[in-house]
Amino acid sequence: MSAIEGLETAQHHADEHEHHHEAQNFWQKYIFCEDHKVIAKQYLITGILWAVIGITMSVIFRIQLGLPDSNLSWLKPVLGGWISDAGKLDPNFYLALVTMHGTIMVFFVLTAGLSGTFSNFLIPLQIGARDMASGFMNMLSYWFFFLASVIMFASLFLQSGPAAGGWVIYPPLSALPQAHPGSGMGMTLWLASMAFFIVSQLLGGINYITTVINLRTRGMSFDKLPLTIWSFLITAVLGLISFPVLLSSVLLLIFDRHFGTSFYLSDIYINGEALPNVGGSPILFQHLFWFLGHPEVYIVLLPGLGITSEVIATNARKPIFGYRAMIASMLGIAFLAFIVWAHHMFVTGMNPFLGSVFMFLTLIIAVPSAVKGFNYITTLWKGNIVFTPGMLFSIGLVSLFVSGGLTGIILGNSALDIQLHDTYFVVAHFHLVMGAASAFGLFAGVYHWFPKMFGRMMNTTLGQIHFWLTFIGIYMVFIPMHYVGIAGFPRRYYQFTSYDFTHKYMDMNMFISIAAILSFLAQFIFLWNFFYSIFKGKRSPQNPWRSNTLEWTAPVVPGHGNWEGEIPAVYRWSYDYSKPGAKEDFIPQNIPYSQTLESNFPHENELIAQEKAIESQNFNDQFKASH
Amino acid sequence: MAANVTTPGAVEPKMWLGGIEPMKASYGKLMMWFFLISDTFTFSALLVAYGTARFSFPAFTGNREDFTFSNLYWPIPERVYEAVPFLHGISLPLVFVGIMTFILIASSVTMVLAVEAGHRMDRANVEKYMLWTILGGFTFLGCQAWEWAHFIHGTDTGSVMKVMENGEWIEKTIFGANLTENQYGPPAFADFFFFITGFHGTHVFSGVILNILIFFRAATGFYDKRGSYEMVEKVGLYWHFVDLVWVFVFTFFYLV
Repeated sequence: MSAIEGLETAQHHADEHEHHHEAQNFWQKYIFCEDHKVIAKQYLITGILWAVIGITMSVIFRIQLGLPDSNLSWLKPVLGGWISDAGKLDPNFYLALVTMHGTIMVFFVLTAGLSGTFSNFLIPLQIGARDMASGFMNMLSYWFFFLASVIMFASLFLQSGPAAGGWVIYPPLSALPQAHPGSGMGMTLWLASMAFFIVSQLLGGINYITTVINLRTRGMSFDKLPLTIWSFLITAVLGLISFPVLLSSVLLLIFDRHFGTSFYLSDIYINGEALPNVGGSPILFQHLFWFLGHPEVYIVLLPGLGITSEVIATNARKPIFGYRAMIASMLGIAFLAFIVWAHHMFVTGMNPFLGSVFMFLTLIIAVPSAVKGFNYITTLWKGNIVFTPGMLFSIGLVSLFVSGGLTGIILGNSALDIQLHDTYFVVAHFHLVMGAASAFGLFAGVYHWFPKMFGRMMNTTLGQIHFWLTFIGIYMVFIPMHYVGIAGFPRRYYQFTSYDFTHKYMDMNMFISIAAILSFLAQFIFLWNFFYSIFKGKRSPQNPWRSNTLEWTAPVVPGHGNWEGEIPAVYRWSYDYSKPGAKEDFIPQNIPYSQTLESNFPHENELIAQEKAIESQNFNDQFKASH
Repeated sequence: MAANVTTPGAVEPKMWLGGIEPMKASYGKLMMWFFLISDTFTFSALLVAYGTARFSFPAFTGNREDFTFSNLYWPIPERVYEAVPFLHGISLPLVFVGIMTFILIASSVTMVLAVEAGHRMDRANVEKYMLWTILGGFTFLGCQAWEWAHFIHGTDTGSVMKVMENGEWIEKTIFGANLTENQYGPPAFADFFFFITGFHGTHVFSGVILNILIFFRAATGFYDKRGSYEMVEKVGLYWHFVDLVWVFVFTFFYLV
């Protein structure tokens, strides 16, 4: 209920509310639904579908790169004219595949699919709210994302192909339709799709932030929030500030493409003929793009880190090490994210002094990142580790985050980056640290919260097999890729058969491709496990992981409004695992200190006096209406 | 669950302890603030882009009196914007845009008065001041339309410029400006002028639509029935924001 009503009217409404349960039809329940749990599942399923498309694309171009002599005629039923009669992949379509793989994975899978799913699902459940602040805006957010998805998907079927200028769509390549087949209608649809995507992010992000600030249950102060919620909050703030800049740059690009302006264009010759555009700057686009593009890396990664914090603490049966340091390092990363963007542009002719400033700021990110890495490891240290699939993927995330982060320190140096820029070293780096790490966060989240989403358990053994195949596969793909990059293989090349220096690495490229195909196949174990378990999985108990956070105090399958009866109050942080003296090895957040006298620390006994104050903090509307 | 409600005043509410809206900010008002932060960055990006384009061109270096339009340097804004309706041929630098700015800021004042009347649940005054605000908004948009029209049609004589057409440099007289040609200076000047003032004008226009909606709901007694005029305040935030953005646009396009 909206919070703007006066107290009396709200009270009046509350009485009405008790008789407010008409049955919802299929459309209200599953399609145009305002319930955060359904919206989260919509995001998840859409994200999974996009992931299947995006990863399949990567496999196709990996075959082209690693096995250049192979005959791809068997793909003709799907790709049609993009496969030549000789069974070769069309070079223009290769570029389109690379572009769409990047766009789909970064925006549609790891932004919408990851933070869209878990921010929606966990924020109300973990802070103790009935729903998001505005269910309608939340629904609108998903449907804008859906519209963006439809447009992007439609662009795959254009005769001239989808956008092909790289996911960063640098002009002038993306601005001039005559530059490339993908810069015609494909780029038009890309830009339209991204504009709707940004609207969706804005609607979602505003809702997440507001919900965390305004709808926390009584006792849930910011220093008791689970780290998942902190990470979603910071992610939403990052998106709120960076996506509008992408919107501006996209709008200017649309004007350059369709209305003859010269924001990004100057002094261009095509086939010997000069274009009339003067005065624009393509570098300007890069600055605007990377002002979004760099925070976007953390928009993708931070939810994964938050999920990992929660899953590792739960399954190591230990409090998270350095709770406040975790929050501070996330805030630090978020702040630094906005002042390092030009490290993507060291080779644009930037003043070397300016480059060294951006290098310095970039390298500082290693500090909060290392704090997080060490905190995860020290949380695991001497814990009673339970190797659930969610836990395995969380530990895997930490591993990928560390090994991908190390090459980040190398690339952050402008002198080294000039050598390694646009090689496969960069590709390997960001796939480990943001691609695979965030995907592992997504997997960890799905395995861990599947019981809460669907009331059933996923198969543990299949999950563990899925983890090991994926984990080994990812490293087999990306460790050799660093060497290929150092050897000088540039990104986005259609094939490497015509250069002498690349010949002796062809076997390594083939190895990478085969590893990629194997890790791709391993994902079908997950898909089967996921969809089978939705319908046929073992029934889940209320708190399968013996976890402390509030969502496990809700019914196994929470209905609309999440808790029957009143919303629980919160008295402690969410990391009281293996507390000395306690009866169980976990104490949920809603257990007051007055009931755990045997395990309280001295300063916690003093907090008992606060419990009355916490219980009387019923000033929100959501405490007035029972659902 | 009415038994569960704490009577206001019985206990001292703690602002950050949960179960309460911190600083009594409703979710709608928070959402408006966060939207405005976001929109700030949209406009900042555009203004930064404008700044980089402007500084990539040389400034006019001679005496101000000798200034003529040329696409070789950035124009002096007060020589571009010096027309006022009904005073054809008289040079009145920045007078008209000054009037526009005054009207917009005055409409912000009437908006404050409407919000204040809303706090007192004074429906008649909310209606009165909302009407003034709507009128101010429409007047501003009308002025902008006139200014655009004048900018597009250009001066009586036009300016002779060397431009690239069909791959060749030619000299021709250009009247006014559009997205590809500009008699006042480099085309980038006109491009950014149209884009940024147009983007701002779109914001003003949506603000006026929202204001009309608020006026309608106030006039039909919707907020009286609801018991709160907070919606006036939320739209007021947006209106002030649009004004504030104009102050920056005015500064960067017209003054400096």
